[in-house]
Amino acid sequence: MKKNMFATRWGIITVGLIIGAIASLLQYFGNPPNMGICVACFERDIAGAVGLHRAGVVQYLRPEVIGFVLGSFAAALIFGEFKARGGSAPISRFILGVFAMIGALVFLGCPWRTVLRIAGGDGNAIVGLAGLIAGIWIGTLFFKAGYNPGRSYKSHGSSGLVFPLIMLGLLVLMLIYPQISGQNKSGVLFYSLKGPGAAHASIIISIGAGLLIGFLAQRSRFCTMGAFRDLILFRQLHLLLGLVALLAAAFIVNLLVGQFNPGFSGQPVAHTDGLWNFLGMTLAGLAFALAGGCPGRQLFLTGEGDSDAAIFVVGMIVGAAFAHNFGLASSPKGIGPNGAIAVIVGLVVCAFLGLTMRKKTS
Amino acid sequence: MSNIVDARGLSCPQPVLLTVEKMKQFKAGKLEILVDTESAVENVKRAVIGNNWTVEVVNEANGEYNIRATKT
Repeated sequence: MKKNMFATRWGIITVGLIIGAIASLLQYFGNPPNMGICVACFERDIAGAVGLHRAGVVQYLRPEVIGFVLGSFAAALIFGEFKARGGSAPISRFILGVFAMIGALVFLGCPWRTVLRIAGGDGNAIVGLAGLIAGIWIGTLFFKAGYNPGRSYKSHGSSGLVFPLIMLGLLVLMLIYPQISGQNKSGVLFYSLKGPGAAHASIIISIGAGLLIGFLAQRSRFCTMGAFRDLILFRQLHLLLGLVALLAAAFIVNLLVGQFNPGFSGQPVAHTDGLWNFLGMTLAGLAFALAGGCPGRQLFLTGEGDSDAAIFVVGMIVGAAFAHNFGLASSPKGIGPNGAIAVIVGLVVCAFLGLTMRKKTS
Repeated sequence: MSNIVDARGLSCPQPVLLTVEKMKQFKAGKLEILVDTESAVENVKRAVIGNNWTVEVVNEANGEYNIRATKT
């Protein structure tokens, strides 16, 4: 086996530093504040861009997500790690994706954005981070009690190509139907005229950043959920070092370019409801833990041909549509009318799956 | 008690979890861990070394890996 320098301690730290710096710079170049990269928010924007929900302020076919998958796909091909596989509890992973997204949208951010919000001075995100860690901790209890989603199996090469090809197809759509100034629709795609969906770096910068991060993250196995899971379950710091490096780099770049604004109220694309910031991320953390990876890691796995990860991602995109259509997603004004009940339902569903999926593998 | 951990096709963190459990059961001796992704190889190796066992990885022909953990 070839030596993988990115899988070393300094490898993961370097990758974390690069991701953190790029994320802050994406904000500088036009992405929403404290949202240089937010996998959940960006998948939600994609759901809006293709009209699965019609929340006018969050519609943009984020090229970063496309880049994550295609960058990882390139790395997997180059290093011989593309292996089409799937079949490990697909519908359960889909539902975990749905509720991971709902939890993230009650808080307003995935684990990546949680860290970026802290790096930008948003105190509410510290509460979200505590919730995330609590959710992952609950997940480790299920693992210790025997939770196991079961094996995946080798599949046809083409089935592993499906998700990267979907991403390529979306990129082609975006090039055919680019944003038209002052218009909320271009061809079949929806665009935002105001709000976070209207804030974005240029396509070239976004896709370039996505490709680079996708490539590096595939090599280093960067995972924001695994960072805490491995610490709790194995007392292992490896992935956490990458996440801390991301935080440090984003914080420093934010200071340098004037993007650090400490406080709790008036933070961008955030609300101050501590209880639901905490519980929203508890749900998201638990769902990511049971599915075996943070939303970024799931995207990188799709690039390796992992159909189970692809189904989780599709679950997140569908979950985003439900979150906005059913009034579950929060806004800067506070949580949505049905957000609280959705989080409780989600926690019950995750507990049900965690307790019942205890397939013996040996 | 088998000294083989078959973690092929299992997603994170199962390969490491099963390996750590097996190391706790055996305390010393020889273990074989079967996995089929390079990330699982890296994760299992890290856990084996972290528990002060020595490790050797053998590539199988069909894209699978046989990780041998030893403690005397």
